[in-house]
Amino acid sequence: MSEVIPYTVETRPDTGVNNVKLGIWLFLSSEVMLFGSLFAGYILLRVGNPQWGHGQSELSVPMATLNTAVLITSSVTMVLAWAACMERNFSRFRLFMASTVALGGVFMVIKYIEYSAKFHHGFFPSTSTFMAIYFTFTGLHALHVLAGMVVNGYFWLPGAKMFHSEPQRFANRVETAGLFWHFVDLVWIFLFPVLYLL
Amino acid sequence: MTSIHPETQHAEAALDHSKTHHQLGFWRKYVFSIDHKVIGIQYAITGLLFLFFGFCLMMLMRWQLAFPGRALPVIGKLFGESNMPGGIMLPEFYNQLGAMHGTIMVFLGVVPLGVGGFGNFVVPLQLGAPDMAFPRLNMASYWAYFLGGVTMLVSFFVPGGAAQAGWTSYPPLANLVPTGQTLWILGMLLLITSSLLGSVNFITTIIQLRAPGMSFWRLPFFVWAQFVTAFLLLLAFPALQAAGVMQLMDRVAGTSFFMPEGLVVSGQVAQISGGGSPLLWQHLFWFLAHPEVYVLILPAMGIVAEVIANNTRKPLWGYRPLVFSVMAIGVLSFVVWAHHMFLTGMGTAMSAFFQTTTMIISIPSVIILTCLLLSLWGGSIRFTTPMLFALAFLPMFAIGGLTGLPLGLATADIHLHDTYYVIGHFHYIVAPGSLFALFAGVYYWYPKATGRYMSSKLGHLHFWPTFLFMNGVFTPMLIQGMQGVQRRLFDGGETYYHAQDVLWLNEVMSWSAWGMALFQIPFIVNFFWSLKRGAVAPANAWDATTLEWAAPSPPPHGNFATPPRVYRGPYEYSVPQHEKDFLAQFDPDTGAPAPVTV
Repeated sequence: MSEVIPYTVETRPDTGVNNVKLGIWLFLSSEVMLFGSLFAGYILLRVGNPQWGHGQSELSVPMATLNTAVLITSSVTMVLAWAACMERNFSRFRLFMASTVALGGVFMVIKYIEYSAKFHHGFFPSTSTFMAIYFTFTGLHALHVLAGMVVNGYFWLPGAKMFHSEPQRFANRVETAGLFWHFVDLVWIFLFPVLYLL
Repeated sequence: MTSIHPETQHAEAALDHSKTHHQLGFWRKYVFSIDHKVIGIQYAITGLLFLFFGFCLMMLMRWQLAFPGRALPVIGKLFGESNMPGGIMLPEFYNQLGAMHGTIMVFLGVVPLGVGGFGNFVVPLQLGAPDMAFPRLNMASYWAYFLGGVTMLVSFFVPGGAAQAGWTSYPPLANLVPTGQTLWILGMLLLITSSLLGSVNFITTIIQLRAPGMSFWRLPFFVWAQFVTAFLLLLAFPALQAAGVMQLMDRVAGTSFFMPEGLVVSGQVAQISGGGSPLLWQHLFWFLAHPEVYVLILPAMGIVAEVIANNTRKPLWGYRPLVFSVMAIGVLSFVVWAHHMFLTGMGTAMSAFFQTTTMIISIPSVIILTCLLLSLWGGSIRFTTPMLFALAFLPMFAIGGLTGLPLGLATADIHLHDTYYVIGHFHYIVAPGSLFALFAGVYYWYPKATGRYMSSKLGHLHFWPTFLFMNGVFTPMLIQGMQGVQRRLFDGGETYYHAQDVLWLNEVMSWSAWGMALFQIPFIVNFFWSLKRGAVAPANAWDATTLEWAAPSPPPHGNFATPPRVYRGPYEYSVPQHEKDFLAQFDPDTGAPAPVTV
């Protein structure tokens, strides 16, 4: 069906990309605008607000630092999973893809602990503008992490059949999922200082 | 393209599969189809139905405006005691109609028809591509749109009715109105998802799936217009997505993104955490919604350009200036949004900036209009039905554009802001402007989609009264607005002293609207009657030059019998020393007849 579409796997010579890679970059540009709009909103709300809750005093910096390390590590394993695809080493691919998904899970668990601690201390989205921003932004980011885990989980387990049937196409898919995963990582790199440190 | 590849075997298998595609069941072929033509037609028909529904909402409003407080005869009581007790409209219901008319016309009618419908159906054909780059995403895009539409419709039936804070959904009001507004946000998030999937697909298709020989400077203007439109959808909509998420949090989780400190509601201080900014919503909303108005008009300009070139039998005047102008509009449309906000007190420096950018963006718009107008010069014009609509587009869009200039100047806007003048201005752009172009598109590409022409007689019967009544609806709005009559008034200005002199125009507008409804019947009849009874059209129904006319009508799955090759630019009409008055893009011009497959 869709396989008759040219340049799904192979590169178009005059543009230098295949459809999938162009598509994911376009998608990511839209995502940049989404998070960019949120950050713009953050700036406007913060500048217009006389009292601003300081992140350090209300949020847990050590937890967030740990989470930053977890996400960066997962980005490394993601690249290694793709490299294993290119080297045609299936067991290595399985290992690194599983690690990526697992590290995403660790991130979510830490996030859950953070959230429940906030609720426990009586901090809710309705408490203050800062808390509203904290919960909305990190919540939206967590949804992205979850989406990335679903996609990676698919390639790790049921989708891995394609590793043997169409190796190049599968490597492209893993690369695309990786680009998304790195983007989600990058958003966190912005969220961490903005919410916890500034 | 011809290189031997490991995937070739796979592609062959897939090709075999595509040959047997007609054996797919009804559901996979017509409902959950991944064929761009079926999806395009699904989009177009759903869009037309929503346009009709939005038009019906407006006709109800026009009753209240023409005869405020009077019971609507016959059908008035059907709307229930909570909306129209005894057939008399309640203000809350009027507000629902107003908000949903705007939302439906813009997000569920014109854009899905112009981009989802014509874009999907025509762009891959004009590129010489077998389908869109991501057929399954394409299907997902349609169904996200469909669900968004259903969500909007369902919102009429929840307690308190549909959204009533206007199509712009300004807070704090939008945070305080009943549940319908929450459904409005959820519906918008689905529509944004749909347009995101669609725009990624369009841009990738246009860059990657151009047929051999189809360089960027040989793209038909319609494709360029869709290309720029897709970028606007891709990059502008996320701002509303962010704003929608925040408004959802405000309504559901009790945050105060858009709720200021010390807000007083119905005489009482609201129990909110405060600290938010209503202006933040306006900035984010208009960051989307100004590019959005170009999303409404650019595909329309593309259609008009195609129809004019074809029916004047000469090349478009200024193809490259047209393309550069459409690109300039695309870029500039991201830096004009705050001209909707001159009266918010954002300061003279900001106003001066946005006033300047607004004046600059009018230049490429004027260039486009001028090029289209000059294209008529010296042509041997065929007055086909699509051409009538395309010709009417020119003066209507000119009125719409020129009446916008005073609104873009901060000083003049003080008087005109939020009056019926604004309504008149943008309706001239989207109703007799975009809609006429979309009608032109329906008449023009109908033979490609069905293999039959629409009736020209019924087309004329549709066009002339619609043209007359359109102006009957919108010219009085400009007059009322200059008199200072505010928009969104439940009684059409009856209780306002300054509106008394122009109050009689309300009836003129209402009768024009209902008259216009009457003369959409020829269109509806024509649309269905021609499916079976219309004159049979050849593959190249209008002696046109672009690639969609190289495919059979209707095009089969995979579009072209043989992969097309492109030899020249898109508008080679009346080429000297050529026997016919057109030289198609796919015509190798070896003296032999063009390889038109029937």
